[in-house]
This record gives sequence, C-alpha cells and structure tokens, in this order.
Amino acid sequence: MTDGRSVVPDAESVDDLLDGVADDGLAGYNYAYLDEHTKREVRRATLKAIALPGHQVPFASREMPLARGWGTGGIQTSLSLLGPEDAFKVIDQGSDESVNAANIRRLASRTADVETTTDATDASVIQTRHRIPEEVLDDDQILVLQVPITDPLRRVDGSDDANRRRHAHKNYSKMWVALYENVVEYGEIKLSSRYPVLVDDRYLMDPSPIPRWDVPKLDDADNLCLFAAGREARIYAVPPHTEVEPLAFKDRQFQVERFPDQACANCGSEDTFLTEVETDDGDRRYACNDTSFCEKRRANPDLSKAHHRDGNDHAWGPATDPSVPDGPTENSEGGERE
Amino acid sequence: MTVLDVANLTKIYGDACGECVDNTGPSVGDNQCPVCGSVVACADVDFQLHDGEVLGIVGESGSGKSSLAEMLALDLDATAGDARYHAYDGNMLSADYQARHELQNQHVGMVHQHVQDGLELSFSGGGNVAEKLLAAGWRHYGDIRDRVESLFRETEVPVSRMDDATETYSGGMQRRIQIAKAIANDPGLVVLDEPTTGLDVSVQARVLDMFRGLQREQDVATIVVSHDLDVIRLLADRTLVMRHGRVIETGLTDRIMEDPHHEYTQTLINSVI
Ligand SMILES: Nc1ncnc2c1ncn2[C@@H]1O[C@H](COP(=O)(O)OP(=O)(O)O)[C@@H](O)[C@H]1O
Ligand SMILES: [Mg+2]
Ligand SMILES: [Zn+2]
Repeated sequence: MTDGRSVVPDAESVDDLLDGVADDGLAGYNYAYLDEHTKREVRRATLKAIALPGHQVPFASREMPLARGWGTGGIQTSLSLLGPEDAFKVIDQGSDESVNAANIRRLASRTADVETTTDATDASVIQTRHRIPEEVLDDDQILVLQVPITDPLRRVDGSDDANRRRHAHKNYSKMWVALYENVVEYGEIKLSSRYPVLVDDRYLMDPSPIPRWDVPKLDDADNLCLFAAGREARIYAVPPHTEVEPLAFKDRQFQVERFPDQACANCGSEDTFLTEVETDDGDRRYACNDTSFCEKRRANPDLSKAHHRDGNDHAWGPATDPSVPDGPTENSEGGERE
Repeated sequence: MTVLDVANLTKIYGDACGECVDNTGPSVGDNQCPVCGSVVACADVDFQLHDGEVLGIVGESGSGKSSLAEMLALDLDATAGDARYHAYDGNMLSADYQARHELQNQHVGMVHQHVQDGLELSFSGGGNVAEKLLAAGWRHYGDIRDRVESLFRETEVPVSRMDDATETYSGGMQRRIQIAKAIANDPGLVVLDEPTTGLDVSVQARVLDMFRGLQREQDVATIVVSHDLDVIRLLADRTLVMRHGRVIETGLTDRIMEDPHHEYTQTLINSVI
C-alpha cells in the first residue's frame, strides 16, 4: 500500500507543497496528489455512502499536508472526484477568499489541473466548510461538505459503540429527549447549527455546522451532497432527491434564522443568509455570508437564486420554499412555555 | 387472563459446563458450580402471572431475584427458558432487538434497583419520563408535557420539579420518577426491583402506598422483587421464595407469612418478627 505522503516526502504544509509544485507542475506528483489506491478507497466509500443515504461509512483517511480538522476529509473526497474537465470552487463559511479555501483551491488546480472558479453556477465540484451556496445547485454538481463531528448522537451520548447500535436500529429517542429539553429551556428548538436531520426516514445525520438556513436545501435537492470527515475517517451522503427532514415536534417546528428589517449592506438582499460584520468605524452591519452571490447581486439586485436554471421556482431553502417556516429573530426568546 | 407464563427460566453467569444446574441449588447450599465455577443465578423458575395480580419474589441477597427481574424486563439475556407474554407471539426472551425495544417501550415497565440503570441523571425528571413517550412515537410537545405532568401527579412528584435535573432529586423522588416512567405507556406488566431499598423508612412507606394505589387503580400485572418481607407483605398477592437461585416455596402471600411450609421460609419469617 502506498503512503499518501510518499509522493511529496518533504511537504509539511500546503505552502511547502505548493512551493514544490510551483515550477514543475505535475512532475513528480501523482495526478490529484493522492495515489490511485487511496482515491479508489475514497471512491468506494463514497459509493457505499450514496447507496446508504445518511449512513456513516468508514474510510482509510490519509495524512494530508495540513492538520486533520482543517478539511482533510473534504480534500481527499474532492481530489478523488476531480478530473481535468472539472471546475472547482472552495468556500469557507461562505467566502472564497479565506486562506484555507485559497490553499485548497490551489492544491487542486496545481495537482489535478482543474479550472477553479468562485461562481457556484460554474463549478462541477464545490467543497465547502459550514455553508451551502445561495444559488440553486444542479444535478451535474457535487457539493462536498467538510465535517468536524460525524455523529449527531454524540450530543446525547459520548459512546460511539452505543450510538452505532442506536443507528443500526433507528433508535433515536435520546436525541428526541435532547430536543424536548431544548424546548423546555427555550420554548422552541434552539440549536444554532449541526441541526439533526433524518435522512430518507432512516438514518439520523449531522448536516455539518451549516446554519439552519441551509438545512432545507438538503431536502429533495437536485445535486449530490457528500459529507467527509478526515479526523473521524467517515464519509456520508445525501443523494439527489432524497428526503431530509429536520427533527421537530408537531407543535414546535423547525425554523430557520431570520433577520427582520435587515438587508445586506453591500447588495441590499433580504433573502440571503446574513452575518453581522463590524465596520472600521465600529458600526455593526449585516452582509451576505455568501460573498460570490453577493457580488452578483450588487451587479444585478433582482437576480434570482435560480437565475441559471429553467424556471425560477426551485425550492432552495428560505425565501424560495413556502414550506420552510420562518423562525423568530435570532435574539428573541420566542415561543411560549406550556 | 394469564398475562405472563414463565417456564424453566435460567440464568447462568460464566461458561456453563453442562452440570451447573445439577451441582447447585438449595440442596447443595451454593449457587456456584464446583466443576466450572459458573454462577447459577437462577434455574428452572416456573410461574404464571394473572391480570391485575401482584407477584412477590423474596429471598436473601444473592438468591437471584434481580437476575430474574431483569430477564423478565428484557434487560438481561436468559440462558434458557420460555416466557409467553399475552400480547407477544412466541417466546419474548428470544425477541430480536427491534421487538425487544417495542416490548420495553409499550408493554413492560421496569423500576431498577440502581437508579443509574433506570434514569439518565443529567436529564430532567420530566425528560426521563418523556423519553418513554418519545420512544413510543409521541411527537406533539404539548401532549407530551400534559402526559408527563399527569404522571408526576400520579406518582406524587411535585410538578414544579419537572424541569430540574434528575440528579438533584431525592432518592424517593428518583424512585417515583422510575415508576412514572415505567407506567408511562400503560404497560401490561411492571417489574419492580427492590422499590424501597436505600430509602428512609418514612419515605419507603409513602412510595409503597403510592404504588399500591396506582396498581389497584390501573390493575396492572406486577412483579415485585424484594429482600424485605414487609414490602412483599404489603404489595404481593402471591409470593415466590427464592434461595440459591431456586424457587423453594410458592403460595398466597398470606398463607406463606402465616404458615410457611419450607424450613428456610420459616427461618426467614421468624427472623423478621
Ligand atoms: N453480572 C454478573 N456476573 C456474574 N455473577 C453475577 C452477575 N450478576 C449477579 N451475579 C451473581 O448471581 C447471583 C444472583 O445475583 P442477583 O440476581 O443480583 O441476586 P439478588 O438480586 O437476589 O441479590 C449472585 O451470586 C451474584 O453474585
Ligand atoms: Mg438484587
Ligand atoms: Zn449581499
């Protein structure tokens, strides 16, 4: 078995690696950095994950030239998927410009010879940390989400053995109690991220730390979603058109974040996920978290999230899907106690 | 109606040599097999439990009561035996995981001797009771709250404590919460293992009174396990006396208390009086 590192014995960081490839391009490196055996292994796990929606599939996670927990699972998954025809986009919490996103993009462009792009509608593979793009993804696109914690049940029990048994038998009552206690405490279900979802009415899944805003996009999506954790060496998947249901009570529904009376300070959007940013003079303002879509909206304020798709009525989370209930504002207590 | 029909129920801890049952029991004076060292916690237990009946199981520590109770509550695998429960087709002791969980959620409530076996101490008391409802598919928060509240009233736990962590409850309250949880889904069978052990005497009496009232009202078939003859006397219609993993005497509780046939039972009763 070839060690994934043997192709670049001296690289200790992405920068080292990139220095090494700067001059001679692909020479001396296997295509897409990983050796073929590793890529086959990742692809096998990926196929198994697609066959069992929401089920965590182990894979032999390799050492990568960056610390585990920095997207090593996502990189291995992306690199095992990419071919020279692909266009690759990498975002880190909605931004294409973070150092980590830029490094991953350069690694792929230099070792896999792929085009890179910041345009979500142009990318064939999008690797992301903690966000799903605002623009509706298509059936020829793959979203690779970086995952820090794979098992949603770890919130309620630290024992992976016990949790594996629970998954095997769809025994999720402990998670339901955690939601019950959440409502007792806050009057509503108040989980800011890693919102537990039931996939295909079978496996409970951690959708990674995406905001609740993005969770409804997983349901019946046209695109394939892959979730990869390097540290925990697990891959799981939501295949296209799979039912993804956030756990909630009949009288305490799942709700997305709301930003009442706020619009993006840069593009004016009121239908995007906003984050609070502090300006140089200490003012707090809201702005789109998805920076590449924000730029498009600046040029064209009326641009639909499905502008590139036939028809504009694609359900893609809040403001596009009437079945996604509005939540109370982020800082209100909301709901009433019984 | 017969709620439960148990035959030949046996639990052996260790790799049994095949002679264990013959080599142990009251006639030998031990429950450990001299050949292989396995412990025969209980063997060849037969009984029937009828609608609304309370069956007591009494015996000294180590006589096999908890092993018996846990097997009947499907928390412990039986080594051998057959248990027919009226609402289950077949031997419930060999139910698979799925069927076992269904039985535990809907049909058999258990109150454990050790609180940590029965409750999640970091959850609220209400959450512990709610878990049973959630496991049975309840998905309406308001309905769950109403049901938990009424179970708190039935088991006489202050409703004001419903949302406090279970570890802050007194021992008596924790026992009541276990009872509330055990009866939450209106089970056909409740198993109580040492329901008063570790409680103050005054608290013991109140827990027993509460349970007796509840049991009569709901007419639920119950197995109560205790080393304490007073508990058995107060609750049980019929009683099995166990020693070294065997049932040595069976009968109506009143008869056993007034006219014990077996020599061991006589000593047991005389030593208490
Ligand atoms: N997990 C176990 N492994 C080995 N022996 C056990 C185990 N649990 C109980 N025993 C033994 O089985 C016998 C019966 O125990 P138990 O069923 O707890 O009796 P009781 O509840 O009447 O005190 C005792 O000798 C005890 O030491
Ligand atoms: Mg015991
Ligand atoms: Zn914007």
